[in-house]
Amino acid sequence: MIPRHLLIGVAVLLVLVVAMAIYLHHMRRQQLASPAVSSLPVAPPASGPTEAVTLYVADDDAGILRLRSALIPLPGGRQQRAEELLRALLRIYQQPGAPHPLPAAADVRAIYLVDPGAAVIDLNAAFADQHRSGILSEQLTVNSLVETLARNVPGISRVNILVEGKTRETLAGHADLSESFDVMTIEQADNQ
Amino acid sequence: MLFTTTPTTLTKKALAILFASLLLLSVASSADEKHVSVFSPVASYTLPVLDRAGREYVGLLELLDPLGRVSTQSDGRRLRLRYNGIDADFFAGKTRAKIHGRDFEFSAPFLIENARGLVPLSSLSALLPRFLGTPVNFRESARRLFIGTEGIQPSFRLDAGNPPRLLLNFSAPVNPTISTEPGRLRMVFKRDPVVSPGSQSISFDNKVITHASYSENNGDAEIDVAANEPLMASFSNDRKTIVVAVVAPAVQQTPAAPSAAGTGSQNPAPARPAANNAAGNTNINVHRVLAVVDPAHGGEERGAALTDTLAEKDVTLGFARLLRHELEIRGFAVALVRDSDIALTLDQRAAAANVARAGIYISLHAVSQGSGAQVYTALLPVEGTSNGVFHAWNAAQAPALPVSRMAAAAIVAEMQKREFPVRSSSASLRPLNNVFMPAVAVELAPGTDGVTDLTSANYQQRASAAIADAVVSLRDRLGAQP
Repeated sequence: MIPRHLLIGVAVLLVLVVAMAIYLHHMRRQQLASPAVSSLPVAPPASGPTEAVTLYVADDDAGILRLRSALIPLPGGRQQRAEELLRALLRIYQQPGAPHPLPAAADVRAIYLVDPGAAVIDLNAAFADQHRSGILSEQLTVNSLVETLARNVPGISRVNILVEGKTRETLAGHADLSESFDVMTIEQADNQ
Repeated sequence: MLFTTTPTTLTKKALAILFASLLLLSVASSADEKHVSVFSPVASYTLPVLDRAGREYVGLLELLDPLGRVSTQSDGRRLRLRYNGIDADFFAGKTRAKIHGRDFEFSAPFLIENARGLVPLSSLSALLPRFLGTPVNFRESARRLFIGTEGIQPSFRLDAGNPPRLLLNFSAPVNPTISTEPGRLRMVFKRDPVVSPGSQSISFDNKVITHASYSENNGDAEIDVAANEPLMASFSNDRKTIVVAVVAPAVQQTPAAPSAAGTGSQNPAPARPAANNAAGNTNINVHRVLAVVDPAHGGEERGAALTDTLAEKDVTLGFARLLRHELEIRGFAVALVRDSDIALTLDQRAAAANVARAGIYISLHAVSQGSGAQVYTALLPVEGTSNGVFHAWNAAQAPALPVSRMAAAAIVAEMQKREFPVRSSSASLRPLNNVFMPAVAVELAPGTDGVTDLTSANYQQRASAAIADAVVSLRDRLGAQP
């Protein structure tokens, strides 16, 4: 004769096994239903003390750049600071109702600070491929990136823009990316 | 449950209010931000100045970083710094530091905030030579720091002709921000180590250009020129000379195009010379200027998608044909870079205008956003080397840029007369910088009827008539065909 308490114990274990199997099956289905690849860029969150920076934010309607102060966490390295700075700028452009919308998948892959005074911004393909085509829109993007970088990272006098690590003729059919941008010339143009 | 959620919600609200307050404070403070400008042969840059306990401070790492190799370590109370092999120890709240084994005395306590070292501005003259091994000249009241450079001294020369011109010569190229207001032209030098010309104010014995003054403030140098008439400035001598002159009055019409100036699309057609006359019969005693009109894009390169079915390349071609007509009836010879749906490279477009030795190059674009039109001149990249008459391909436009800007201003004025919302600016847009004649790009945007305006013959005709009238007003400044 099997003791009563043993029977109850086995029954409880069987119920638990069945429940676990159902739960596992449910989890697997949920995993299959979610997309395997996200089109959004993945960047580790910046860490470090929060600092006030000045961003040059493009406004399509007015056709100008507007100064906007922001508090963002900036890491210690000069290069990492530059990258976080432009990512903070992109976040503004990727919000709904942004004054200068940029594609959600647009990202800055890296920024290289090359002595003396040169910076190279490497954009991802989505940034250029999905950018709106037009002289004003493209030029505002370029000026916004260049001026924000130069304003907050001292010593930068010229900037090159690459797409996926390569030189590209134009951003989206108009703004020329094949040459270096002179920071002072761009500042002067924006002040006109 | 209620017990745990209430404090969390309160904390979140408090944090949100704190963050919003900080954001507001930072926005408010950015309006009158103090900064110090640093000029050295290695780099010229600007740093924010921070107010702490009634004194002005600047970040030590940011100050030294553009000048050499620098690294820091901090535990919050002590900051160890290494700059080009020189070791230094700084202590939070102390005025004494140790640099390369020797004591250094600050005029105010050294501060450490978020592992970032802050040094009092008033100590820079003494501090920097200890690291750099070179004397520095710090103009504290103007917050301008000169390291290993004497600065660029301007000299003034008034050419008392009619109209008079003021020539400002500099020992090195300069790039000021120039603005004008009635009776005054301001040149602000943010990145150039321009120093006082000797006297803070110079008076001229001239009824038009009366005097010039020099001032320094908040890292910038400024030269103001006062006059009794509107002034404009242009660069020459590789940006070592700025010529300040009175804005030229409107150009008189030549007899060959008597009805052209001010002739808009609203005027009846008989007011203009007939098309066949403009093709060559009426211009007996005048120069015949060639205008090259370039409908952007073409072939596989469609440009912007204005609608699902309308491509920029098609709008620009139709617009170019109308502009050709408007220019021809005003006595210009006109060549279209493309008159069909073909693809051309940017170099081919520039070469077409240069080989034809055109008097003016007009590139046409279209866009579905915005309204009215945008007029662009070249935003030149970092210039390549020029050798005598040979200019770098990427900066071939440089000598013609002043006239290009005049052309852009004239187009803006003519479009405003026709109530087009219009702006002008600079753009890094090829091939504008590769052509050596005056060059502008016009980007046509929709009017009140939306994108359908872009294909409207009436809308395009108004725009092209405005451009043509503007080009006519500049005829005497454009190169002429023999």
